[in-house]
Amino acid sequence: MVKATDILDQEPILEVKDLQTSFFTDKFEVKAVDGVNFAVPKGKTLGIVGESGSGKSITSLSILRLIQNPGKIIGGEILFKGENILKKSEAEMRKIRGNEISMIFQEPMTSLNPVYTVGQQISESFMIHQNMSKKEAMKRSAEMLELVGIPSPKQRVKQYPHELSGGMRQRVMIAIALACDPELLIADEPTTALDVTIQAQILELMKDLQDRLGMSIIMITHDLGVVAETCDYVAVMYMGKVVEYAKVRDVFKNPKHPYTVGLLNSLPRHDIDLGDVELQVIEGSVPSPDNLPKGCRFAPRCPFATELCHEKLPDLEQSDNGNQIRCWIYTDEWDGDQEVDVSAKRTT
Amino acid sequence: MREEINTGAAQIKAAPNPTLVKLSTFWRKLTSSKSAVVGGILIIAIILIALIGPYFVPYSPSATDTANRLNGPSLAHWLGTDNYGRDIFSRIIDGMSITLYVGFSAVLIGMTVGVFLGIISGYYGGKIDTIIMRFMDILLAFPGILLALAIVAVLGSSLNNVIIAVAVFSVPVFARIVRGSTLSVKKLEYIDAVKALGASDARIIFKHILPNVASPIIVQATLSIATSILSASGLSFLGLGAQPPMPEWGAMLADGRNYMYDAPHVATIPGIAIVIVVLAFNLFGDGLRDALDPKMKN
Amino acid sequence: MFQFIVRRLIQTIPVLIGVTILTFSMVRLIPGDPAQIMAGESASQEQIELTRERLGLNDPLPVQYFDYVSGVVTGDLGNSIRNGRPVADEIKVRIGTTVSLAFYSTLLSVFLGIIFGVFAAVRRGKLSDTLVMIAALFGLSMPNFWLGLILIQYFAIGRDVLFFNTGWFLASGWGTWQQMVLPVITLGTAGAAIIARMTRSSMLEVIDQDYIRTARAKGVKERIVVYRHALKNALIPVVTVVGLQFGALLGGAVITENVFAINGLGRLMVGAINSRDFPIVQSGVLVFAFLFVFVNIMVDVIYRLLNKRIDLN
Repeated sequence: MVKATDILDQEPILEVKDLQTSFFTDKFEVKAVDGVNFAVPKGKTLGIVGESGSGKSITSLSILRLIQNPGKIIGGEILFKGENILKKSEAEMRKIRGNEISMIFQEPMTSLNPVYTVGQQISESFMIHQNMSKKEAMKRSAEMLELVGIPSPKQRVKQYPHELSGGMRQRVMIAIALACDPELLIADEPTTALDVTIQAQILELMKDLQDRLGMSIIMITHDLGVVAETCDYVAVMYMGKVVEYAKVRDVFKNPKHPYTVGLLNSLPRHDIDLGDVELQVIEGSVPSPDNLPKGCRFAPRCPFATELCHEKLPDLEQSDNGNQIRCWIYTDEWDGDQEVDVSAKRTT
Repeated sequence: MREEINTGAAQIKAAPNPTLVKLSTFWRKLTSSKSAVVGGILIIAIILIALIGPYFVPYSPSATDTANRLNGPSLAHWLGTDNYGRDIFSRIIDGMSITLYVGFSAVLIGMTVGVFLGIISGYYGGKIDTIIMRFMDILLAFPGILLALAIVAVLGSSLNNVIIAVAVFSVPVFARIVRGSTLSVKKLEYIDAVKALGASDARIIFKHILPNVASPIIVQATLSIATSILSASGLSFLGLGAQPPMPEWGAMLADGRNYMYDAPHVATIPGIAIVIVVLAFNLFGDGLRDALDPKMKN
Repeated sequence: MFQFIVRRLIQTIPVLIGVTILTFSMVRLIPGDPAQIMAGESASQEQIELTRERLGLNDPLPVQYFDYVSGVVTGDLGNSIRNGRPVADEIKVRIGTTVSLAFYSTLLSVFLGIIFGVFAAVRRGKLSDTLVMIAALFGLSMPNFWLGLILIQYFAIGRDVLFFNTGWFLASGWGTWQQMVLPVITLGTAGAAIIARMTRSSMLEVIDQDYIRTARAKGVKERIVVYRHALKNALIPVVTVVGLQFGALLGGAVITENVFAINGLGRLMVGAINSRDFPIVQSGVLVFAFLFVFVNIMVDVIYRLLNKRIDLN
């Protein structure tokens, strides 16, 4: 078994080891996150990519321990600055949330409380974590709005969420998240619900703020384009497991896992000329999480799958170029074509 | 605000997809709801008692026995006797059918009128809609049983007038629900298709709209039976409904209040009987709502 | 907001006109001669003619209606048949009692309803949730006259429990707190049950919203998440129910006043119906309806204050 920190050039601020989060219904257990490993380098951005249902959002909520019933974190470790936060009390956890680790969500339209002003909602962070007075917190809130690029912040703090556009609201969410100068910001699909032009602005803002404030970011997305623009490292998730974990540049240059290759093939590229190549789609769809494949989770959709893939689940292993990959093709046990070229798919 | 008001008892909205829930899934959902099962069993038991109970009661409900006035529960009189020495158990059993008669007939009348007005209003819209709905607003401006009280004042005190009064009081509730559901059904494309095929308005209403608005009506009807029984027994308690010696529970309770100190059972027992019946319909209505309208499930 | 209130007042004018038309027609719908009815059964022929004259019953209906409405507006509601006193005076001395009974009962039902509703929602699916919801179901299935009599029996007449008697409160009248406790509980219980059910389902809906997750992610204590972030949102639909409940409560006051011998509007009306004192019945119904309409306007105002999303225009 490999260590997630192996591929980092920096110290990790957060290391997730064998995280397992399940949802329990009357009849069965759904393993939404099933033994996930990755590390987030200090001051850098890790992307977590996957289709919906891959467990990427559950992973992010697990880090803040915000999983609600009937969900439960049932195993693993989450080391934040070397301490396992799964062992912390709820009170200790509250001191971390919004203070040391913050989060912004996919739906800016519904993520702000409709009955409180923007100012009240930002102030709350200051008042909880820094014991500020109401007046002081409100002043700092206006400064935060200015920081996230909202014009006339002194007026805006008095407004209610419904008076702001989606992009504005996401800026407010970022202001709330960054109020207490966290060391780690988790962004769960922060731009998915926004218009394309606004998406670019928000991503630009996040990068700019990272440069100025130096926090680490986990960028959760289904969009490899976002990863290419904003991330330094990336973990590709499929059905509750990390299937490929590497530096972004290595993944784009030399993707190893057939699923990663599939994702890349479905992405229109402007950076390199691929000639007259059609965009590919990954055949099939994500299996229902209560009916997991026995072997590799991706086997039913994988064009290279052999009997071995259907029977046995591969481990995450270090490949020759440093990527960590969960695929039989790169192991000695591989029972298929030894000369198989996964990335060759792209030019066919 | 009026437009947004739901009825207090049942929060029913028009289902976005008004296709009737399949009968088998409906049955499965209904039987998996504890409140529906308990309520349903109670209702069946209550109806059976109302139908056959009077043939098996130990005493005639009107037989007086002055030697045994205001006796507490005993082997001879399971629930004791009232101030005329009448057997309370027999009277309760005999009164069961009165209670059900009041509840069912008031709701039947209120529902029929309300559904009719609601469909007309929703289907035709325009001026008719405005007139009907403004009239419903006016009826709703009379708080609680006040409207029923006013109607009884005009018609005179009797059980049947109470039924009419309580029915009128429930008309706007049905009209509003049905109007809302009709509007949402009318928007569906297949209604346009049926129209294009030359179906008459009556046919569209009976074949296509009515079945689709049935579930909120059924739920509201069940819950309305509960409130109607409560309102009607209240009016009888005030002396405006069933007249003595009829074994109507509200009237029995009113009789018993004069003997609260010496013989509290005379007033207590009819009250318990009302609670059981109303509870049964409320339970069943809650279960029905969960089974028919998944959106309203808590 | 001022503009909104004015607009809302203007909107109620058609409803108020409709209400007056109904109460106006009421007397004319009763089988028999309206003059006879309004003058009372024992009135002499002369009195009947006088009434006919006063009510202008020989005029065309629209004129009669106009006279009626101008009477209502100027506070002239005719005279009681029973004691000949002006109806307006009879109502004036009693309206305060009924309004305060309804007000305190509303207060109680809102207070209990919200507390138990939140309590049950927070403990969703647990035994305590089930018990509270069963109690609520009983609460709304109980006839309030029965509850009143039971309360009188145990807490006014009282029972000897160990070394003391539980007859702490009074069974009749209105004024002192000993007199007010039992009627308020009697009238407030059903409302409390309905509000508790509504609060619970509203809370359960709100607690799954994204902004609650945002609050938790900020490090807000769960207690504050529930009471500050969730409850304020959950109360918005509850306010509407409280308004409706106030109507049911005004109706219930009629019965409660009779159970506890409280000299309010409701008792006045029931007495009037029994003695066929129609001027009183007619105006009583009118006053109740007006009260309810204005309470609904107040509820609307509160609703707007709570719900920031609604555009004031």
